[in-house]
Amino acid sequence: MKDDLKKRLKMNVSAIKEGTVIDHIPVKNLFKVISILRLDKIENQITFGTNLDSGKLGKKAIIKLSDKFFEDDEINKIALIAPHVKLNIIKDYEVLEKRIVEIPDVIVGIVKCFNPRCITNHETISTHFKVISKEPLELKCKYCEKITSEEQIKMI
Amino acid sequence: MKKDLISITDYSKEEYLKIMKLAAEFEKNPNQDILKGKVIASLFFEPSTRTRLSFETAINRLGGRVIGFVDPDSSSTTKGETLHDTIKMVSAYADLIVIRHPLEGTARYAAEISPVPVINAGDGANQHPTQTLLDMYSILKTQGTLDNMNIFMVGDLKYGRTVHSLIQAMSEFKNPIFNFIAPPELQMPKVYKLFLKEKGIRFFEHTEFTEIISEADIIYMTRVQKERFFDSIEYEKVKNMYILRNYMLKFTKPNVKILHPLPRVNEIHPDVDSNEKAYYFQQAKNGVFTRQAIIAHTMGLK
Repeated sequence: MKDDLKKRLKMNVSAIKEGTVIDHIPVKNLFKVISILRLDKIENQITFGTNLDSGKLGKKAIIKLSDKFFEDDEINKIALIAPHVKLNIIKDYEVLEKRIVEIPDVIVGIVKCFNPRCITNHETISTHFKVISKEPLELKCKYCEKITSEEQIKMI
Repeated sequence: MKKDLISITDYSKEEYLKIMKLAAEFEKNPNQDILKGKVIASLFFEPSTRTRLSFETAINRLGGRVIGFVDPDSSSTTKGETLHDTIKMVSAYADLIVIRHPLEGTARYAAEISPVPVINAGDGANQHPTQTLLDMYSILKTQGTLDNMNIFMVGDLKYGRTVHSLIQAMSEFKNPIFNFIAPPELQMPKVYKLFLKEKGIRFFEHTEFTEIISEADIIYMTRVQKERFFDSIEYEKVKNMYILRNYMLKFTKPNVKILHPLPRVNEIHPDVDSNEKAYYFQQAKNGVFTRQAIIAHTMGLK
């Protein structure tokens, strides 16, 4: 109980009562995650940390969001640039649920096709990719059949 | 469910063989009224006289009628109409759409919008499946089989969509061997080489166009285009290296046939034309029968 209290005091700045903690974000993609999830547009309380020590990633970033819970398709968006992210769903300061995000087999309407000659870059069409490799990430466009590789990925 | 033909891989091996069989039937008996009362839309968003005439001949020989346009300047696209709206309208008029478009993926998109079947007559650098099927028909007709073919592909193997699709289709048949002859700038893309490796299919790469073609059953020539080269000096260096001349055919196999998707520029010297191994004009003629077969299959008429 004493230890618990200490921990709670230590965590005071960033602990949240209810919401979501996005952990194990690759440092280089923290701001991408923020922008993809449009966290810069919401009014919830947000704390984030970066260059934190992590056994797995060396350095990691973390985002804590009060009173915010994610839908599945929002989570898919994170998985593309932060595949090892762990979501902690917090209720009353306790971790209610841990979720791993997974890259889906099909990605619809999130990523731009890298091919400038692809019809999806000329008409208002929702892009549609089949994930042909998860590591490294390779996406095959349903329309032009070209493969968008990890370093070419741009979000819509 | 409607049956589109957008990509060569949309068809199974059984369907390839069915098209081959139907094409042979249409070659024997080209004028059949099976499209009587049908309207086919032929939408050419970029000019391609050869492909368009081939399709329209096929439709006419089957007794169908053609509506459409031959280049986008004469269509409402110039007024800013979206492709979506054009396809919506046309699919309300016609029983089948044949589409040619400079942008990749257009045919797949059109097929999603259209309640009537769509045949891809070329979408940018992506796919041109009816060309591949007519290539296969030409191989089958001249060699009597699609198995055990040693196919030499020459020229622009990087951007040439016809060679890419032909590799995919021929990989369905027994023991093909591929030989790729191309300048370093225009070599077969990695993704197709990987595809062949995964399927355990043998292939060899060469930069010199020499007597190695003596092993070929099929020599598939393509155009080396100047605009593909970053450096025009490089183009000048290689432009005459990939030209097929009659004397080069002296030591080739008696059964070898030379294919070319046409139009050719200078990559096959005219002195080859009179050689009985030259097959590119008959190949183009085979295109009509193959397209008759594809249309009949697509519309569920055969």
